[in-house]
Amino acid sequence: MKTVTLAHGNGGAENQELISKVFYKAFKNEILTKSEDAAVIEDGNLAFTTDSFTVSPLFFNGADIGKLSICGTCNDLAMMGAKPKYLTCSVIIEEGFEIKSLEKIVKSMKNELEINGAIIVSGDTKVVPKGSVDKIFINTTGIGQILQKGISSNLISSEDIIIVSRDIGCHGATIFAAREGMDMNSDLKSDCASLYPQIKALIEAGIKITALRDATRGGVSAVLNEWANQSDICIEVQEDKIPISDEVKGICELLGFEPMSLANEGTFVMAIKKEEALKALEVLQKFENSNNACIIGEVTQQYPKKVVLNSAWGTKRFLELPTGELLPRIC
Amino acid sequence: MQLELKDLYDGFRDAKTIKAYKKIIEEDAKKLNRTINIMEVCGGHTHTIMKYGIPQLLPSNIKFIHGPGCPVCIMPKERIDHAYILSMQDDVILVTLGDMIKVPGSNGSLQDARSKGADVRFVYSPMDCLKIAKENPTKKIIFFAIGFETTTPMTAALLDIVIKQEIKNIFFHINHVTVPEVMRELIDSRDEHVDSYNHNIDAFLGPSHVSVISGSKIYEEFPKNYKKPVVVAGFEPVDVMQAISMIVKQFCEDRCELEIEYKRLVTYEGNIKAQELINKYFQKVCLFKWRGLGNIKDSGLKLKAEYSKYDAEVIYKEILPIEEIEDHKLCICSDILRGMASPTDCTIFGTACKPNKPVGSCMVSSEGACAAYYKYGNLLK
Ligand code: SF4
Ligand code: SF4
Repeated sequence: MKTVTLAHGNGGAENQELISKVFYKAFKNEILTKSEDAAVIEDGNLAFTTDSFTVSPLFFNGADIGKLSICGTCNDLAMMGAKPKYLTCSVIIEEGFEIKSLEKIVKSMKNELEINGAIIVSGDTKVVPKGSVDKIFINTTGIGQILQKGISSNLISSEDIIIVSRDIGCHGATIFAAREGMDMNSDLKSDCASLYPQIKALIEAGIKITALRDATRGGVSAVLNEWANQSDICIEVQEDKIPISDEVKGICELLGFEPMSLANEGTFVMAIKKEEALKALEVLQKFENSNNACIIGEVTQQYPKKVVLNSAWGTKRFLELPTGELLPRIC
Repeated sequence: MQLELKDLYDGFRDAKTIKAYKKIIEEDAKKLNRTINIMEVCGGHTHTIMKYGIPQLLPSNIKFIHGPGCPVCIMPKERIDHAYILSMQDDVILVTLGDMIKVPGSNGSLQDARSKGADVRFVYSPMDCLKIAKENPTKKIIFFAIGFETTTPMTAALLDIVIKQEIKNIFFHINHVTVPEVMRELIDSRDEHVDSYNHNIDAFLGPSHVSVISGSKIYEEFPKNYKKPVVVAGFEPVDVMQAISMIVKQFCEDRCELEIEYKRLVTYEGNIKAQELINKYFQKVCLFKWRGLGNIKDSGLKLKAEYSKYDAEVIYKEILPIEEIEDHKLCICSDILRGMASPTDCTIFGTACKPNKPVGSCMVSSEGACAAYYKYGNLLK
């Protein structure tokens, strides 16, 4: 590692290497090394997280950078079983950016804040000369109140099964299609959405969640690999059980990608005790953007720290962390 | 692009069909008193075979050996250096296809050139060059053309438009290669030092996309002159299983033929129009160097002399080096591409050589044999 390359931002192997060798090395502490979606602070009562958003194009089918910047941070909080409450918002804008576009972005942010019941309590604005940033970068930081304690990627065991909340890969595929100027005969749309309403419903139904994570950069593949690693388990996935839309499958065929590594912005993976699974599915399926939630796999000890894909015709292979500059920069 | 995306894969990953072929192959393979080594020529097949775990479905006497892979994998350092040098010219935008930008040359890959400020772009279709040329009238757009018979017609079609519309700022660096020549080389090659390049190939799986253009006729010589059956097959798991069952049947019935599994699009004659377009603009180069395999007679294409004003190799002659470059000492790609070794035989497989830091050709393209083993192969028996 001599210089930073685009591959270091892929949410996969290189990204992890950069984080552990540069940032974790310097900042190491007990909270950070848990490596959860959001830090759990104040005796487990609060969740705290930050994220920056850079996406091209800024407006795409299903969402825009504004919606993304609220969903992203609120979802990280929700993934720790927290209710998003207070957010900060900093923007870095390239000179020449249209006020009309800015207003559109801010309006999407407002809408999404309302869905989460959160508010922006502080912010910052910088304008930089043309060429210093790509149009607009947004950073949001958020604090949430934890409603269910003990959700952690480090505690998954053979008693858990794995649920995915909806069909995967829509966001990544949409961005690709938009960027490559593909005129698709389809309704391909980003899955970008706030997940707090679903998590709230699960918790209110009294369901005890083992682990939760939204499958953003690196996709479901990255989540499952991190979990297998952190909890020292083997996750076995039934390939034909994974919900993938025809459009996403088609784009992956065309461009040679694996849907499991495509980014999502409103899809989460959940580990939950077997006996609670059906109840959880029942709750999730009531929501429009998780009405095809389903069980995709189970936890075993067959190959610890590995994710195994079982095909419908009886073969097996490992699902590795995505590597390389496979996915263009998405968030 | 208007297409029904479902058409790309529907039906060709059906578990029932795959299991049915597994049974047929098992039954037939019992009748054989020997092992059959099937070489897939194209990396696309290697990828399918590994990704869908096909070897796990086959009886122990049916084996795969992996072939030359792909135009990305076999691009020698010399040619990549050309692309690198061209991309570093101030007024040049270098355009190429996907994986090509990852292949390391002696100064680095095109990705490295890009991080040093070169304007390198990858496109999914050569036609995208037209748009780039229009948007950048003061720049020279050089299309670094790669690919087997499959992509050659697209390059020819682009040149056709450039000539007809008198576009002044698109140029070509041609690296198109042809499949039958390398297959012949694999059977014929001998290495006097090790006396071991007596190939193990019993039959070939021919890539369907090549034959969509060139027809299945290009493989006729292999059953006829070399006694090696060839089945032209598609890239889905059902295609590959069906093709294997066809090959095994041939051995059971003591036949040796050229057959087409991929009847959806492949014919004996192929796409005559595309072939005419290729013949109009291209001619064979007498020796083309393949990474890992060395110089192979008549295996490459170049622009005909009358089109040399579009030929970047001619225009930039002064700055493009011609010396040969050695590959890494520890890399055994050459044996792998010949079907003599398996990726796991390489001492630096998965350690010093990984997909994000490839040492040799087979690890570069996502469909090279080493990359496929790295990504999918570690559960194999
Ligand atoms: S990149 Fe893949 S499909 Fe293309 S030639 Fe190489 S192996 Fe074949
Ligand atoms: S593992 Fe790397 S070095 Fe070894 S043969 Fe394959 S490409 Fe060459």
